[in-house]
Amino acid sequence: MAGKRRKRRGLFSPIYLTLVLIVLYLPILMVVIYSFNSGRTIGSWQGFTTSWYTRLMGNALMGDALRNSLILAVLSAGLSGVIGTLGAIGLANGHLRAGGVIESTATLPMMMPELVLGMAYLSLFTAAGVKLGMGALILTHTTFCIPYVFINVKSRLIGMDPALSEAARDLGASPLRVLRDITLPLVFPAVVSGMMLAAAMSLDDVVISFFVTSAETTTLPLKVYTGLRSGGTPEINALSTLMLGAIFLFVALSQLIRARSEKKLNSPR
Amino acid sequence: MARKTAAQRREDRRNALFVLPMACMAALLVALPLIYVLVTSLAVGGEGSGFTLAHYKALLRADYLKVFANSLRLALDTTLISLAVGYPFAYCMARAPRRWRALLMMLVIIPFWTSALVRIYGWKILLQANGPVNAVLRGLGLIESNIKFLGSYGSVLLAMVYCLISLMILPCHSAVDKMDFTLVEAARDLGARPWRAFVTVTLPQTMPGILAGCVLVFVPSVGMFYLSDIMGGGLVLVGNLIRDQLLKVRDWNTGSAMSMVLIVMSAALYLLYRRSGGDNLGVM
Repeated sequence: MAGKRRKRRGLFSPIYLTLVLIVLYLPILMVVIYSFNSGRTIGSWQGFTTSWYTRLMGNALMGDALRNSLILAVLSAGLSGVIGTLGAIGLANGHLRAGGVIESTATLPMMMPELVLGMAYLSLFTAAGVKLGMGALILTHTTFCIPYVFINVKSRLIGMDPALSEAARDLGASPLRVLRDITLPLVFPAVVSGMMLAAAMSLDDVVISFFVTSAETTTLPLKVYTGLRSGGTPEINALSTLMLGAIFLFVALSQLIRARSEKKLNSPR
Repeated sequence: MARKTAAQRREDRRNALFVLPMACMAALLVALPLIYVLVTSLAVGGEGSGFTLAHYKALLRADYLKVFANSLRLALDTTLISLAVGYPFAYCMARAPRRWRALLMMLVIIPFWTSALVRIYGWKILLQANGPVNAVLRGLGLIESNIKFLGSYGSVLLAMVYCLISLMILPCHSAVDKMDFTLVEAARDLGARPWRAFVTVTLPQTMPGILAGCVLVFVPSVGMFYLSDIMGGGLVLVGNLIRDQLLKVRDWNTGSAMSMVLIVMSAALYLLYRRSGGDNLGVM
């Protein structure tokens, strides 16, 4: 009886998992495959070529979009890394009176339809006379990146053994010294993995960028979006594939760093 | 509590200083814009000053209401299908052999962080009139002529579920993972049929994960405006409506009122979820 039960689940489970995973990855694979299609449209398969990639390299507009996206991802990940980490350290012990309000407000962008925030930025910036474009993009991307760093670092701080910093304190280390020599090294992996996710989110953002960018400034996802609305071309596929590659790299690195640091944290016990 | 020592007070001051940049960002770039939307939605607009509910009343037009109904139906369908497909997946994942689990987790997380745009594009390629899906169906002799998938309600629903299902899988997985399986075994040993054991033991225990997943899928699904555009543009959603109010009609007041409806709806759902005992939604 028990054996039969196990056997049936043993068969259903891997089949179902594989099936869903195939459906999850098939479309991504399609985008990559069709970026090597030699046909002028995405309509049908005509043969293999890499010419869309070489053509992409020569396209000055694409170069602009690529440069903008990279600058934006690096800056907003960097800024949110600093701001989010400091915020997490400041709020971790829970002594601050307004802490709860600050935390919920700062992490609100994760919980809210992006569209709402995007249109709010557009109307506020227009009313306040803030120039749309790169500056506005950096500000808004930093805002929605902060939660990813903050939550990552804070949960790491809460899971940390308080005895470590107490011991350092008892041995005469100043609070700043404790921060520099104990706390920061311990949360560093969380900071980096949070920043990687933040960079991936920034590289990926369409909705908020759509509202706060100017006519002269474009980013890769926006380029893909406008390209797709008019049907899509193999060039857009090539661009998407490059973008996919970059995001895969960031996410995989983030996961790797996290897994490794968790192992390190748990092993001595 | 005893009075704080000088050292403690110094540390509190330092912490406050650390939080300051984040507090400023939260105030200026999260709270202020949302308050501004609220004020705009209530302002008379144009030359006049003062407050009015007229912009909310203006939403009660038959065509707007239909768009809201469309969006809600799509969000509900998306949530239900995500649950129906995602929960069993999460369950199987949590019960899979230990050595597979990390890999499975990674395989679920990677698409979740990958551009939704690019992934929908993949579906567009698959489903286009002379695309692979039609070719396979034709090859199998199931259809005579190509089906026009794009632009239909089903195609938008498919893309929506596809984009958001990870948000259902992750919290469900952590709920199943935390569950005490000896209880299920006890129920089975006491003679409960598998289905009964599931409904009376597994389901209640994993309810927090299910609720978290539903909130996480429902909230963003209401605001995804570019998805319907890319899948053929057949379906007008609240997102499209708000965008057009801002960029085409340039009626900021009505656009803001529409946004407020979305804000209140997602906030209410989130609070309801927090009330029911949920914590950080288990996404990260």
